[in-house]
Amino acid sequence: MKLDSKIPQGPLSEKWTNYKINQKLVNPANKRKLNIIVVGTGLAGASAAASLGALGFNVDTFCIQDSPRRAHSIAAQGGINAAKNYQNDGDSVERLFRDTIKGGDYRAREANVYRLAEVSGDIIDQCVAQGVPFARDYSGLLDNRSFGGAQVSRTFYARGQTGQQLLLGAYGALSREINRGTVKLHARCEMEELVLVNDSEGKLRARGIIVRNLVTGKLERYSAHAVVIATGGYGNVYYLSTNAMNSNVSAAWICHRKGALFANPCYVQIHPTCIPVHGDYQSKLTLMSESLRNDGRIWVPKKKEDAEAIRNGRKTAFDIAEEDRDYYLERRYPAFGNLVPRDVASRAAKERCDAGYGVGPTGLAVFLDFKDAIERLGRDVVEQKYGNLFQMYHKITDKDPYETPMMIYPAVHYTMGGLWVDYELQTTVPGLFAAGEANFSDHGANRLGASALMQGLADGYFVLPYTLQNYLADQITVGKIPINTPEFDEAEKAVRDREERLLNNKGDKTVDYYHKKLGHIMWEYVGMSRDEKGLTKAKAMIDELEDEFWHHVNVPGDIESFNPEMEKAMRLADYFELARLITTDALHRKESCGGHFRTESQTDDGETKRDDENFMYVAAWEYQGHKQPETLYKEDLNYEHIKIATRNYKN
Amino acid sequence: MNFTLHIWRQENATAKGRFETYKVENISPDCSFLEMLDILNEQLTNDHIAHPVCFDNDCREGICGMCGLYINGRPHGNDDGVTTCQLHMRKFDDGDEIWIEPWRAKAFPVICDLVVDRSAFDKIIQAGGYISVTTGGVPDANSIPVPKRMADMAMDAAECIGCGACVAACKNASAMLFVGAKVAHLALLPQGQIESQERVQKMICKMDELGFGGCSNTYACEAECPKQIKRQNIAKLNRQWIGSIFGGNHKG
Repeated sequence: MKLDSKIPQGPLSEKWTNYKINQKLVNPANKRKLNIIVVGTGLAGASAAASLGALGFNVDTFCIQDSPRRAHSIAAQGGINAAKNYQNDGDSVERLFRDTIKGGDYRAREANVYRLAEVSGDIIDQCVAQGVPFARDYSGLLDNRSFGGAQVSRTFYARGQTGQQLLLGAYGALSREINRGTVKLHARCEMEELVLVNDSEGKLRARGIIVRNLVTGKLERYSAHAVVIATGGYGNVYYLSTNAMNSNVSAAWICHRKGALFANPCYVQIHPTCIPVHGDYQSKLTLMSESLRNDGRIWVPKKKEDAEAIRNGRKTAFDIAEEDRDYYLERRYPAFGNLVPRDVASRAAKERCDAGYGVGPTGLAVFLDFKDAIERLGRDVVEQKYGNLFQMYHKITDKDPYETPMMIYPAVHYTMGGLWVDYELQTTVPGLFAAGEANFSDHGANRLGASALMQGLADGYFVLPYTLQNYLADQITVGKIPINTPEFDEAEKAVRDREERLLNNKGDKTVDYYHKKLGHIMWEYVGMSRDEKGLTKAKAMIDELEDEFWHHVNVPGDIESFNPEMEKAMRLADYFELARLITTDALHRKESCGGHFRTESQTDDGETKRDDENFMYVAAWEYQGHKQPETLYKEDLNYEHIKIATRNYKN
Repeated sequence: MNFTLHIWRQENATAKGRFETYKVENISPDCSFLEMLDILNEQLTNDHIAHPVCFDNDCREGICGMCGLYINGRPHGNDDGVTTCQLHMRKFDDGDEIWIEPWRAKAFPVICDLVVDRSAFDKIIQAGGYISVTTGGVPDANSIPVPKRMADMAMDAAECIGCGACVAACKNASAMLFVGAKVAHLALLPQGQIESQERVQKMICKMDELGFGGCSNTYACEAECPKQIKRQNIAKLNRQWIGSIFGGNHKG
């Protein structure tokens, strides 16, 4: 297979315009004859379904929650980037493009990132027109704030709930299309299989999906002329993450099993400021927004005996004199201080804790201290800026962050890898598209803060409505795809078989028992720092655990009923395969870049060391069957426009 | 900590429900309420006592609105300004008996145990709880300034997470706070004013049709709202509605 990224001709800044001029379109009468399936209703899925419905296509949209408004985009806190230059501080499309490429450590595709920067301004216009109540200043115009990895203020925000407000905007647009009848909503439905059908020329195309109705447990069939996967990332393979409990990789993984290549799975973003783990029963980790690092200072004690005393409860932060505190980010990165990018801040915290300077009962925490900010600005100002985050911290930990420093530790947050897509967001399976976090395309090896929301909405509002038409233009004579065919029968049977195998297992351990174990392996060996020995060990451990899972898992209840344990078991089965691929990818990429840190490839002062000569490519993997080694395809990254450099946050 | 739990069990929408009693022991006070239920489910499954208790949950950080349990007679339990997922066991006393029920409202039928069908909220929004704008062709975001005060008030109302606690708290199972929050959010913004009269009519008609009751004027909804949405939004809803009948260009 040859990977064709289909990047349009012409200078970088004209590629998207050229594409749109030359693409094929579908006339309004023909749009009505075409069906599109959109799986997932987060920012990417909801915006795509709404926009495609508004164009006149027949859209079926699916979500696993009880309402499309609950997709995990809702939890994004900080903001959304856009190159509006409202602040007159030197921002431009070119600047946003460069920051994003550099933030991704030169591992993203130039043309896609440029297009993202290009449409970013339109997103803000669209959201304001929908009634998204962005923060404004006293003139009534839109306000901005700064985020990591940029020297301008280009982040638009709605208090600490930007994701919620953007998603409710997209949900409104989606609801309108549901009311108009162009979009049909299928809530509490989970995609379990992708159906491929040969067209008249013998070419396999994505033509439908099998879903489990989560209320009844019955399997249902849906057909379409194109399928869009917008089901988010795979951070929950680590069990503990900032993702929602039900966020999962299965829809994307099913596509991978059916031939869609999976790219850069080892690029996982670990967010530096999360509330630390506190017990075995814990089910998830809560993020404290990156914006806190504007005013909070991160430190640990300089002396090991002080750290130990804090861990044992004999001392508190207040007992440590100013000169005995190590503000290690300010010490190591004087130019960026506490505002270094996420991957850098996370590794630095781990380094201190591993060296024995960590605080908190487990020793796996560092202080995020607002004492100076409260003295400098006053409590009122701090409260206005971060009130809801402080309240959330207080409720979870029972400690008041106005009085005592927060304790934080890194946690899995976002996954840059995903289904490989070309410039049109089409996977290697014809007719199968992937959008938002589910694809791999725009963030390289590390995503900058406030860019996930931008990408999700760019894909859904402004990219797919164009590129899908280009694909569908020659499908207008195909007619409705029947669902009573051997292809659908077979796909449905495969799902039922899997469910029956799990249910009839009658083992003695719960699904969560195995998920937690898998999470421990991944965090320990495939987490913030990785090396050949650990990764090799992890692979063997994953294999062993997977075997045990299939032999000993206990899934109670019935197949055809509301059965959350069955849902979890089906997802975990896919996580095992994904875990193996993440490990394989991490093992093969013998360089460090962005969120992927191989201890064998670091500079003298412990920073990531890229190997551009050997690894400047996208690693796209092809499924070969259960437990079979996957085949690697490389898409070379050709930087025609940008000057490649080493990321430097020290001076 | 040890607790005795009385949990509503109901196999499906048509089955008859009942309370079952279970005990959980050695629960950490730092455990969240839903994590305590996770522990119970692990126990029920491992000891083959019963099927795990079904309850909706997702983000577990208080923003998705998926979770919602009626705990000792209060939606989201005995802490203020939190959802069920943010409620922690330290808010209870060791040895407490805890009664756990689903939302009870005609418009929210039970699906299984503690899980209810809240699609009625989606239907109210679909009836008109949006600004009718299609993708593209909109003016520049800064072309219409919005006074900061109005934008802030719109945001206060827009913080609603659609969990349904307001309906569960109300003795009439009224959705006035939910509808009021959306109507107020959009009517406060210039972009939303164009359709405000039609919007309020459509949403109220749909709300009535789906079996939600009228406002009980007790403001239990405001008291129990995890996002502390203000009852003033109900007043705004009423003003918008009256305006749409008497003062408007729309014949309601």
